[in-house]
Amino acid sequence: MGQRRTVVTGIGVICGIGNDAAGVWDSLSAGRSGIGPIRNVDMTGLRFSNGAEVRDYDPSRYFRNREADFLDRFAQFAVIAAREAVRDSGIEWTPELRERGVIVTGSCVGGQNTQEEGFRNLYVLKKPRVNPLTIPRTMANAGASHISMETGITGPAFTISTACSSANHAIGQAFWFVRSGAAEVAVTGGSEAPFSEGNLRAWEAMRVVAPDTCRPFSKTRRGMILGEGGAMLVLETLEHAEARGARIYAEIVGFGMSSDAHHLTQPSVEGPSRAIRMTLRDGGLHPEQIGYINAHGTATPANDPTETAAIRAVFGSHADKLAVSSTKSMHGHALGAAGAIEAVATVLALRNGILPPTANYQEPDPQCDLDVVPNAARRADVECALSNSFAFGGLNAVLAFRRWQ
Amino acid sequence: MSEELTQRILKVIAESQKLEPGKVTVESTFEELGIDSLDGVNILFALENEFNINIPDEGVQGIRTVRQMIDALEALFAGGQGAPAPANS
Repeated sequence: MGQRRTVVTGIGVICGIGNDAAGVWDSLSAGRSGIGPIRNVDMTGLRFSNGAEVRDYDPSRYFRNREADFLDRFAQFAVIAAREAVRDSGIEWTPELRERGVIVTGSCVGGQNTQEEGFRNLYVLKKPRVNPLTIPRTMANAGASHISMETGITGPAFTISTACSSANHAIGQAFWFVRSGAAEVAVTGGSEAPFSEGNLRAWEAMRVVAPDTCRPFSKTRRGMILGEGGAMLVLETLEHAEARGARIYAEIVGFGMSSDAHHLTQPSVEGPSRAIRMTLRDGGLHPEQIGYINAHGTATPANDPTETAAIRAVFGSHADKLAVSSTKSMHGHALGAAGAIEAVATVLALRNGILPPTANYQEPDPQCDLDVVPNAARRADVECALSNSFAFGGLNAVLAFRRWQ
Repeated sequence: MSEELTQRILKVIAESQKLEPGKVTVESTFEELGIDSLDGVNILFALENEFNINIPDEGVQGIRTVRQMIDALEALFAGGQGAPAPANS
């Protein structure tokens, strides 16, 4: 079977800047950051206090009776985003289509809150037992499993955990499943709920989190800001989408991966630039067709200059014609959900002809000398866009989307 | 900084990096010792445990030599952050 064109027909998202796609787009297009004081964890004694939490989150609005008991917060976000994406796609499931469906989710730490609650009971409160749901709530594939039960999809379902690249790796695999003919439709993305004391202490110890806010590419940047949430896309073959008269957001056209083989935490120029080149080749794209890049853009001292150099290495003089923004400045770094939230941002940017900005930007850094769309969204019709994710451990994954018209 | 404190700092750096004790001197650069940024974070963690202090990010982010590390800790102690606990406490 030859390669089949694959399109995005549904999106769902819940994160620090909105509890659905419409709300998230409102924030992205207004350049409004969701970063603020962390409320769900006592931050006394930590060197940072800000994050991008999902605001006003009440699980009982989404889950009935005991449903939520079976899902850690990270899996709740996966299910909420998947429900919205599937509803948005208007897809009507048949037994045949469910068998031809695939679910691929990303998560970095899985059910960290549940895990820590169990440890607290054991080691702090000296209780002799933990909640019997600790294992199925903690497992990183819980999101994929619950989406399968919700949608009835009976084809392949699995989870990829590649730190900050998890969701891009997941969406890329799902895309290749559909493009190759191994599946007709996919529900794919990522989710994360990293706001638990043990996990925040671990991030503090790494000394990469900013004490103020996330200022990607700005000379005044002081590190990343953590975020939480979930985002899912419905992908399907163009043929299937057109046959059922679906609304198409964008075409997903390319995916590339690489590993740095270099260092646990120091980024490289070579690894990311190879992933970008692979993505262009995979999608049959010329560099000049790319008009926007949703950057990895963590705002750590090391990432932003390295990513700038990687983009320059691939695009040469065209790099000066590219718009490059980091929406992490608004929704924070949602780790295993990051690539999925950013894929939604990229798809909506193409569809709406508006590029979301890099918020909180203050001062140019000569080492980050790209057009980073500082602080205000910009109207621009671009043909194609990339979304970058580069993980600790040197694992890179890049997606390419094309505007649909 | 007292000679005793200096020796403790050198010992912590050597132990955390699994280097021979004599190899780490006040004049060593991190580059000579093969210490990268992630190793540097580990050294800060070891020093926090040794002296039972919290070392803020400011003032330690660009540290690339043993001398700079000693100076940073001296500034911290002078600023009233955790008078150094006795050795082996």
